[in-house]
Amino acid sequence: MSGASTDPRLLRKAPPRPLRISWSDERFRNIVYQVLVVAAVLTLFGWLWSNTRYNLEVRRIATGWGFLSREAGLPIGEHLIDYDPSMSYFRALLVGVLNTLKVAIIGIVLATVLGTLLGVARLSRNWMLAKFAGAYVEIVRDLPLLLQLLFWYSLLQGLPGPRQAFNPVTGVFLSNRGLKLPYIQWEAAHSWALLAFVVGVVITYFYRRAARAKQMRDGQIRPIWPFALAAILGLPLLVWAALGAPFTPDVPELRGFNFRGGLDVSPEFFALLLGLTLYTAGFIAEIVRAGILAVSQGQWEAAQALGLPRGRVMNLIVLPQAMRVIIPPMTSQFLNITKNSSLAVAIGYQDIVSIANTTLNQTGQAIEGIAIIMLVYLTISLSISLFMNWYNKRIALVER
Amino acid sequence: MSAAETLASSVRKGAPAITLAGVNKWFGALHVLRDINLDVAMGERVVVCGPSGSGKSTLIRCINRLEEHQEGQIVVDGIELSNDLRSLDAIRREVGMVFQSFNLFPHLTILENCTLAPIWVRKMPKKEAEALAMEYLERVRIPEQAAKYPGQLSGGQQQRVAIARALCMKPKIMLFDEPTSALDPEMIKEVLDTMVMLAETGMTMICVTHEMGFARTVADRVVFMDRGEIVEQGVPEELFANPRTDRLKTFLSQILRGH
Repeated sequence: MSGASTDPRLLRKAPPRPLRISWSDERFRNIVYQVLVVAAVLTLFGWLWSNTRYNLEVRRIATGWGFLSREAGLPIGEHLIDYDPSMSYFRALLVGVLNTLKVAIIGIVLATVLGTLLGVARLSRNWMLAKFAGAYVEIVRDLPLLLQLLFWYSLLQGLPGPRQAFNPVTGVFLSNRGLKLPYIQWEAAHSWALLAFVVGVVITYFYRRAARAKQMRDGQIRPIWPFALAAILGLPLLVWAALGAPFTPDVPELRGFNFRGGLDVSPEFFALLLGLTLYTAGFIAEIVRAGILAVSQGQWEAAQALGLPRGRVMNLIVLPQAMRVIIPPMTSQFLNITKNSSLAVAIGYQDIVSIANTTLNQTGQAIEGIAIIMLVYLTISLSISLFMNWYNKRIALVER
Repeated sequence: MSAAETLASSVRKGAPAITLAGVNKWFGALHVLRDINLDVAMGERVVVCGPSGSGKSTLIRCINRLEEHQEGQIVVDGIELSNDLRSLDAIRREVGMVFQSFNLFPHLTILENCTLAPIWVRKMPKKEAEALAMEYLERVRIPEQAAKYPGQLSGGQQQRVAIARALCMKPKIMLFDEPTSALDPEMIKEVLDTMVMLAETGMTMICVTHEMGFARTVADRVVFMDRGEIVEQGVPEELFANPRTDRLKTFLSQILRGH
């Protein structure tokens, strides 16, 4: 209850506590423990290092990174960048990294969307929906991921061949050769339209900020969606139309024993993506549910009592608070998807582990191979962690 | 209307602010409000008391529809409570509420807590809303805390912010749901002082509270509830001095023994 002027005595800082060289001083004791632990760890690593070097020498195994530039001679079915077996090991490993990133990134996006929907569904007042989401989570969480991957892969392998493929919609085929989707012949106009889409998203973001700033000045609440619709959908369409609206459909067709044309999703990639997404979505659903439940009913009541409509209560009050509970465990799930993608080995999807493994077998460079795998996962995982921690800090709650 | 007759003893200050007629509410099989008839006039200060579980909180939570009543009629500021969302928003704009557990928004500063509703509901420019908020924060005597977060304030300070936050919407009616029950004794006084000050401005108030001292100083009328019914009501001195029912006698003796 004190006024604005503060007693100068209250501003005095706590005096620094001197360190006593005595076993009964807690700080001294902590320092000693820490020095001992660091020394033990260093000794262990030193021993491992010298042991490895000695054994490598005895077995006459050459170490080094020279093998990276040698010809790989290893065939890779799926590659995002140009690749053939005559290229180097480095190139092969790069293809592997990109394959890992491809399944991890698409998996993270899909699992987040599906998980969020399931989490909200489990809180729904609709009995059927809530029970379905609950049953889904319990089944998916309780079975080992490897088993689920094998299940999806065998299911895809057990599908009929191309001639008897499932054809739910014109142009979509599901067979033991994977999923075939209709596509278009990509032309410059499409790249420009894609660029326009990205530009549309960016300017919508800035429009939203400007509209909010203007609202703060004059009080008028402006709807964002008409502008967002025009910028994100209208602009790319306009660009595409202005460039002559090229559209040549590329629909998969059955030719002989397999399909030609269209977009090709391999059974290995499809099974891995399906397994990772469905499995992780179960965990994300629980995280989202916990996050929403962590915001007390009192917050809803207080905001509604002030006259805020439900949608605004969700956006301005509940979600910002739920996010703080959701983000840290969500980060773990993103890391899990990335690392679990290494189970690709089991169903023959050529990710970094699979390719590094083959490299290791062909060249005998075991230590380098393992080091590369570790380095790749560390880099991806630390990048995700850094980004999520930064985001988490940005929205952290101030207390005391 | 029978609700008007029950009011014979009470002071009439102006037009009706709130009218409850034949209101019934159940939580599952539990009948929590039984045939409630209550009229509150503009400018009137009503204290609702009663043992815990008597339905006092439910009663005032029905007034801004945090709870839905199943039978009867509730009219607030001339608008009848119904399932029409527009009339509900209109009522909530005019009725402020203060909760037992403060319910400040922990991710917003004190100032932002106060400007949120004026900006998003009253469509007020930010500068204007901030000036308004500072005015009310000064009135509850904590303008220096404006930049802090709720977690950095004491319970009493938080509750005063909650009062300022509700006042920033310039409501015609204020509801208080046990505003001092979660506070330490030393903090109860600062919140009660704020409420007395608010009462002196002529605000229409309904307070659920056990603070009989507060009831004596500011209430025009005390309503005693037990088991979902209004058992007795009247001017505080008279009600406390000559309770007519055994239930009120028992309640008063328990409250007084506690003090």
